[in-house]
Amino acid sequence: MSSTAPLLEVRDLSVRFRTRDGVVQAVSNLSFMLRRGETLGVVGESGSGKSVTSLAIMGLLNRAHADVEGEIFFEGKDLLKLPPDELRKVRGQDISMIFQDPFACLHPMYRVGKQIAEAVRAHADVSKSAAWDRAVELLGAVGIPNAAVRARDFPHQFSGGMRQRAMIAMALVHNPDVLIADEPTTALDVTVQAQILELIDDVKREFDIGVILITHDLGVIAETASHVMVMYAGRAMEHGPAHEIFTAAQHPYTWGLLESMPTIEKRLEILVPIEGSPPSLLNPPPGCPFHPRCKYRFEPCDNKRPPLAPIPDGHLDACHLSAERKREIWRDRIAAELGVTA
Amino acid sequence: MLIYILRRLVWTAVVILAVLFVTYVVFFELPNGNPALRFCGKEPTEQCIQQTDARLHLNKPFYIEFGYFVKTFALGDENGWPGLGYSYGNYISVRTEIIQRAPRSLWLIAGAAVIWLTTGVGIGVLSAVKRRTLADRAAMGFALVGISAPVFWLGLMALYVVWKEHFWIPGLNHLTGGSGYVPLSDGVDHFLAHMILPWSVLALLYAAIYARLMRNNLLETLGEDYIRTARAKGLSERQVIFKHALRASLIPIVTIFGLDIALLVGTAIITESVFNLQGLGWLAYNAAISQDLPTVLGVVLCTACAVAIMNLVVDILYAFLDPRVRYA
Repeated sequence: MSSTAPLLEVRDLSVRFRTRDGVVQAVSNLSFMLRRGETLGVVGESGSGKSVTSLAIMGLLNRAHADVEGEIFFEGKDLLKLPPDELRKVRGQDISMIFQDPFACLHPMYRVGKQIAEAVRAHADVSKSAAWDRAVELLGAVGIPNAAVRARDFPHQFSGGMRQRAMIAMALVHNPDVLIADEPTTALDVTVQAQILELIDDVKREFDIGVILITHDLGVIAETASHVMVMYAGRAMEHGPAHEIFTAAQHPYTWGLLESMPTIEKRLEILVPIEGSPPSLLNPPPGCPFHPRCKYRFEPCDNKRPPLAPIPDGHLDACHLSAERKREIWRDRIAAELGVTA
Repeated sequence: MLIYILRRLVWTAVVILAVLFVTYVVFFELPNGNPALRFCGKEPTEQCIQQTDARLHLNKPFYIEFGYFVKTFALGDENGWPGLGYSYGNYISVRTEIIQRAPRSLWLIAGAAVIWLTTGVGIGVLSAVKRRTLADRAAMGFALVGISAPVFWLGLMALYVVWKEHFWIPGLNHLTGGSGYVPLSDGVDHFLAHMILPWSVLALLYAAIYARLMRNNLLETLGEDYIRTARAKGLSERQVIFKHALRASLIPIVTIFGLDIALLVGTAIITESVFNLQGLGWLAYNAAISQDLPTVLGVVLCTACAVAIMNLVVDILYAFLDPRVRYA
């Protein structure tokens, strides 16, 4: 881990939604930090609280329905305590966000260039033509060919990849410190996915910013993330440097995710899906939230929640299994896998 | 864009011809008995019937009869273009009658439309932005009253309260001139005094409908992903609502606004009756109950033209509001 001070620090974040059916525990006691130059990959199934976390950081949750607790520190300020107008100045200027479906996220009735120029003028007192020029410049920078002409297009005249590029251009308008990318490649063709991930990585290097990359696809994380946080049912299950997560995952849920990820070596018949489905967040199970689906559950799992604690070799893990027992399981799994592929 | 408009205009002509045909069949061919009988009064003479038959080509095959009808319509008759023939009831040229009645209906609709569009959209936006507050509930309560109150009751109550009794506010009755139509040439104040009540009464129902529609559209639009993007950019809530959300949610309003206006041309009959405005609706109603077919046909054609024209206007507005339509 680098020694620089964290750019963004989330401490003990909890988000609850009050719904007609009861209170939904979308995020529970989540803590993490992000430094400059890092890409934090946040993985988990749908409904694990990834997007809610990012919306909480952006201050985009409707506070009338959502109770947000905890602290989100950015440049020494707690974003959760900022008045709405101060928070608005942070959004799009210091912290930017791109979303999953770039078509739905661009206004269908305004020209792409105008939408970016609008982002320029949201935080800078410049003329319309100067804002337009900046929009064209950014569109060119994110790899839109013939940007001066294409800026006059409407979103429906752009391809999916170009729309996401335009969204990235819009996010970069004010050289933000943090870029949150919420499933940025899910709606795109596979060939375009790699280009967009590469672009995000280039942007991170060039502007020296911190990136939070939210995805349900471990493959995406493997390509770009420096750190990985695995989320399940609104909680962090495992959190650490990416190479450790991929080579020495500690949590049975992470194992499950890795086993269900197709790679060039693994054929479909040996992919192992995780049995069952994520728990309802209206009444989450007691103990470890993953225990109903866990193959290795034992006595304390169903009544005592394992804390997210550092394991001896470094990263954070929330599991009752002892290091010894995990090593045993690892050995068995590797043996089994070799047996299958041999 | 110009080609698009031209193409639409050609289609408009086709539609109007089709309407002409259907109305002609319904009114000239289906009723029992010779139309000439109705033209010649209570004790028709043989001579009158023969003359009428010859004049309206009723003694020829149907398609020739219709052909002559279209020819008169398209080329005009002795009263000018379009040729609509004479009323059975009073032998007045239908064209003259419509030209005399049309301004009354058009003024009524235009004034009411301005009122209902501004108040309806305004209340709808307020209601959506202040969702689930007292203001929202009050606005939706108003909408419910507006939708439920029948125009004939509302109109009479308005006349009674504001004009006849003018309780509470002294001099209120000078503000309004009661019922009847006063042309604009008799002075703007006089004209406005007579129109303010019919405008308000007609507008109330539509304002209520538009307020509800606007509220629902805006709430739906506010849930769209691009609204979240606009917020994520750091735009102020005012820009988010009035620039991004309002424009998208106005599309359905434009659609029904065009149709509502067009349909009112011949159907604002209740308001016209309560306030004794004697516009096109009133004309159509009286013509229909006395089986004055040429007059009915004339008003139906007016309404059809209004619908066709408003559709065209709506389509052109669409293209301005939504670029996806422009390139489709």
